[in-house]
Amino acid sequence: MTKPTLSGLIKNGAIWGFIVLELIFFSVAGHFWSMSESAFMDFGNMLLLLKQSAPIGIIAVGMTVIMINGNIDLSVGATYALSAVVMLDSMSWPIFAGLGDWVIPVAWLLALLTGVTLGLINGLIVWKTGVDAFIVTLGAMLGYRGLVFMYNGEQPTYHLNWTMVDIAEANVLGLETPSLVLIAVVVIVWLLMTRTVHGRNAYAIGDNREAAVNAGIRVGPHMLLNFALIGFLSALSAVAFYSASGSVNPNDGTLFELWAITAVVLGGTKLTGGSGSIIGTFGGVIAIQLLRKGLGYIGADTETVNLVIGTILIAVLFLDKQLNRKGQEELKV
Amino acid sequence: MTDQTPALRLENIVKTFPGVRALGGVSFEVFPGEVHALMGENGAGKSTLMKVLGGIYQPEEGRIFVEEVQTVMTSPLQAKAKGVMFIHQELSLAEELSVAENVYLGELPRKSFGRVDWARLYAQTDEILDRLKVSFNARTRVGDLSIANQQMVEIARALTVEAKAVIFDEPTASLTDAEKVVLFDVISDLRADGVGIVYISHRMEEIFKITDRISVLRDGEYRGTLVTAETDEDEITQMMIGRSLDLSRNAAPVEVGEVALRVEGLSCGDLFQDVSFELRQGEVVGFYGLVGAGRTEIAETLFGLRTPSSGRIFLKDEELKISSPIEAIGHGISLVPESRKEQGLILGMNCRDNITLPQVDDMTAGPFVADGAEVAIFDQYRDRLQIKTPSWRTSVGSLSGGNQQKIVIGKWLAMRPDVLIVDEPTRGIDVGSKSEIHNLLRDLAAQGYAVMVISSEMPEVLHVSDRIIAMYHGRIMRKFGVGEVTEDSLVQAISGIGGDGQAA
Ligand SMILES: Nc1ncnc2c1ncn2[C@@H]1O[C@H](COP(=O)(O)OP(=O)(O)OP(=O)(O)O)[C@@H](O)[C@H]1O
Ligand SMILES: [Mg+2]
Repeated sequence: MTKPTLSGLIKNGAIWGFIVLELIFFSVAGHFWSMSESAFMDFGNMLLLLKQSAPIGIIAVGMTVIMINGNIDLSVGATYALSAVVMLDSMSWPIFAGLGDWVIPVAWLLALLTGVTLGLINGLIVWKTGVDAFIVTLGAMLGYRGLVFMYNGEQPTYHLNWTMVDIAEANVLGLETPSLVLIAVVVIVWLLMTRTVHGRNAYAIGDNREAAVNAGIRVGPHMLLNFALIGFLSALSAVAFYSASGSVNPNDGTLFELWAITAVVLGGTKLTGGSGSIIGTFGGVIAIQLLRKGLGYIGADTETVNLVIGTILIAVLFLDKQLNRKGQEELKV
Repeated sequence: MTDQTPALRLENIVKTFPGVRALGGVSFEVFPGEVHALMGENGAGKSTLMKVLGGIYQPEEGRIFVEEVQTVMTSPLQAKAKGVMFIHQELSLAEELSVAENVYLGELPRKSFGRVDWARLYAQTDEILDRLKVSFNARTRVGDLSIANQQMVEIARALTVEAKAVIFDEPTASLTDAEKVVLFDVISDLRADGVGIVYISHRMEEIFKITDRISVLRDGEYRGTLVTAETDEDEITQMMIGRSLDLSRNAAPVEVGEVALRVEGLSCGDLFQDVSFELRQGEVVGFYGLVGAGRTEIAETLFGLRTPSSGRIFLKDEELKISSPIEAIGHGISLVPESRKEQGLILGMNCRDNITLPQVDDMTAGPFVADGAEVAIFDQYRDRLQIKTPSWRTSVGSLSGGNQQKIVIGKWLAMRPDVLIVDEPTRGIDVGSKSEIHNLLRDLAAQGYAVMVISSEMPEVLHVSDRIIAMYHGRIMRKFGVGEVTEDSLVQAISGIGGDGQAA
């Protein structure tokens, strides 16, 4: 938000620089180690990458908003799973039997409603009780996951509807539905945070809550809205993903909260609130997915991938801190 | 004095920040046993110069000498090791820790196996606190102290080592008169011990009372050094801002209008009791008293931040219940709070967004915030208050203290309130801007606003108020009408002597 400066540029550009580095590295390394015939930077491969980024990416966008606002939401993975269950299960409810394919939008709506409701519950508890969002959503994470298991036990919930699969796999200019949803979410929420009153106030509350209250900002409603938003986005992510797959396991979405937070932090959002950007988060999401794919491409297994991502997260943040040290010190005095 | 070696000497220091040349080749020296004032407008570069000395900033050019030995100050810790102690303008204490832990932060006395020697820690701290004659002890949690007392903790820090030089950056900004006396005693003790002292302040009385020489900075340039005994306010002001100040004030009694705000028997627990007064359109009412007299708490109650235990508040004869700042703002009441950093500003946000914060709700074009309108408001108040900032995009956190304060005032002026409450409006503000702010408050009253000013500075209350209400221990001791007040009667009233408050 301040005038562009060198350290500012490095800071905002850091994640993109990292992405370029990854691309170069995997392209070169791929020449020597890859089993695959095709080049890493192949266009189709990149489109696939975007699609695979979508489930976590859509949630991470919501997480950015929550964290800028000074809160955190650990229940996104459980919300994601529960919304998916509601969507797939509702399609075979007898009351909707006469709807034909019109059951699809109804099921989507129900899923989104579920997400919003769960988000509102979190938000209301945080607002009205004043208990830390970390604790509230930790409880919610366990609670909502419990509901998922109560629904169908250990069994997967499934419902295959080919019309729905067609919609979910439709493609515009090579971008499949989940990718389109991700891009739309990034753009809309970016506008929300940078151009609207709600976004402005969310930053203010996250930065200095007392001063925000003194300026007459309604802290509670803004927080509530943000929790509703992240609930909505978690459900939207489920809609985008499960419309194609048609089957949800009760453990799906576990650890999504941590992946989302990783992407957000990698994208430059502060854990303490008040600063961060949606575009940065988008970069963080892409960087992580690129790393996963790239490591797979050169033959690493999942365990190795997680180890590397963890290490890189710490290394990148450390580097970022070093680069910005000067600027930071001068700002906090 | 000149044949001595200076305790500290700075030579041609240059320091730039993005968009600002904060110091353009400044030289400065202080001798042992000298109190050397550093003066200049807000943003002139005083704090920056001292931070270079204290190892917080690295200068681009220039050299630093401690007792004529060239030194590079790479960190505050190193500066401390070289005997340079720094009392910061902005408080930097760990609120959850005890006073003693704060005073010895980073170098707690140890026993074997790295265990903290608590007994020694508390004993040593209490010794220092005794010198400062404060009412709290080493074990008090810092967060429980008033701002003034926190300032005393900050000062206590500087007394933990044998210093060669001590830098005081606006130490009195939030101290009461009694505490100031103690501070000045401490300073003269240090001076007698041969310590070199740099003293930054915007308050002329203090400068003339305790300093030996005065160096003036202007826009990051060194302007010259004066001997305190041979100069006067006007000369210093000229040097600082390039013109003299017109301190006279329209003495004609103001046309007061209707009652804008009336308070009857307002009490809030043991913070203040049975407070009644009225505020008319077109007048400035000053609230004077010691820190802790309950003035800030009254303001906070009127602004909806505290719930009164009894009493009534009327706005233009209509009784109100104000339970939140939103309601207060809705009724046209604004509060410029006491502590700008904690209560007033969003430090990470830019200047423009801070100024428009309370009204941004109403500044939309379609779904989006109307940028242009915001910039217009910012420009208007930047010009009106002469806020010095490279651009509206600059984050408020990087402005000088005085300019930060102007942003907070600008924010509320932009709301065009009916009742404007200002709590310590010129804390840390330079003489030029201070008189601008005083004029501004007078102008606002002349335009029909009702203005309530809380201040612990007697010259300020006397200068800016039409009527003065003196408070002592949560009660109104005496109300002075237009032209009734004298310094003596005011001093008596705020110390609880000879008021008419006990009867009430
Ligand atoms: N960390 C920073 N980043 C950017 N600019 C800064 C920073 N610190 C100070 N400045 C700028 O440098 C200039 C000098 O500021 P400084 O704080 O030294 O002023 P000052 O003389 O101490 O003012 P005051 O009387 O208000 O305390 C100002 O223009 C200020 O905006
Ligand atoms: Mg300063």
